[in-house]
Amino acid sequence: MLITCPYCGPRDVIEFTYQGDGNRTRPQPASQDLDAWNAYVYDRLNPAGDHNEIWQHSGGCRAHLRIVRNTLTHEILSTAFARGGHKSAGHKAGGNQ
Amino acid sequence: MADRQLPERQSPERQLPERLSPLEPVYHPGSHGNFEHGVDVILSETRPGSILQLAAWPGEEKRLIDAIRKVTGLALPDGAGGGISNGGRAAFGFAPGKFTVVDEAEGLAAAFAGVVTPAIGTLTDLSHGRTAIRIAGPKAEWVLAKFFAIDFALPAFPLGAGRSTNHHDVFAQIQRSGADQFDIYVFRSFARSFWKALCHASEEVGYEVH
Ligand SMILES: [Zn+2]
Repeated sequence: MLITCPYCGPRDVIEFTYQGDGNRTRPQPASQDLDAWNAYVYDRLNPAGDHNEIWQHSGGCRAHLRIVRNTLTHEILSTAFARGGHKSAGHKAGGNQ
Repeated sequence: MADRQLPERQSPERQLPERLSPLEPVYHPGSHGNFEHGVDVILSETRPGSILQLAAWPGEEKRLIDAIRKVTGLALPDGAGGGISNGGRAAFGFAPGKFTVVDEAEGLAAAFAGVVTPAIGTLTDLSHGRTAIRIAGPKAEWVLAKFFAIDFALPAFPLGAGRSTNHHDVFAQIQRSGADQFDIYVFRSFARSFWKALCHASEEVGYEVH
């Protein structure tokens, strides 16, 4: 299984770490809304199909990524930086030639 | 263990500790392995005086790249994994907004003082924390392909470019510094283990340690 890191290009899945469900919304740290915290910690869509996920390219550039993976086929439908703002985002082969 | 000579070796303006190679006990210059039919890779420790890591805050990447160009004189290209190497100095991107900059001379960190301001990003001097290993020769790509699951072919990994990957949890930053030459930066504490593995992997093609 290959994941195309937006910085590094296609890499083996062994270089990546799953960081969890990308659909969750974390309440404000000071929030005392127990239902919101309960939903953040426990509620999962668990779809049989496309799933928003957070991964980290922990064995490469170490960027956190927002990935859509199909849970039935393991197809990676899209990858993007979890945090925007970096201009040199798109993968190029690099080099000084 | 106190080294009584140390104070005499230190001058007031220059107190850099003497650097010892972590490879020293296993570094054996000469020809090894299956070299009767030719030496196909040359392994060496390049021991650069300066190994720096520079990181830009989001949105400050261009200014950091300009600062690296200005201080090093290198035409560091923008773009993921872009890099350049001119022999004595080298620079390459290894992560979004992050760069490794290397100089054969010591003291490069001081040259960045006042140029990489706190508004642009950070500078970390890793000169004593990384070990630089060079593999060169017609079988360099072949040997490295046994370690790392990345494409070492020239079109996919152009001259000067950098890559971040790892081998058995040993992080490695790799720069192509020649058509058949790569410089590998590993954590100093893992360098001896990595070097021994590299030597074993090079036995089949015949290797020389310089
Ligand atoms: Zn990456």
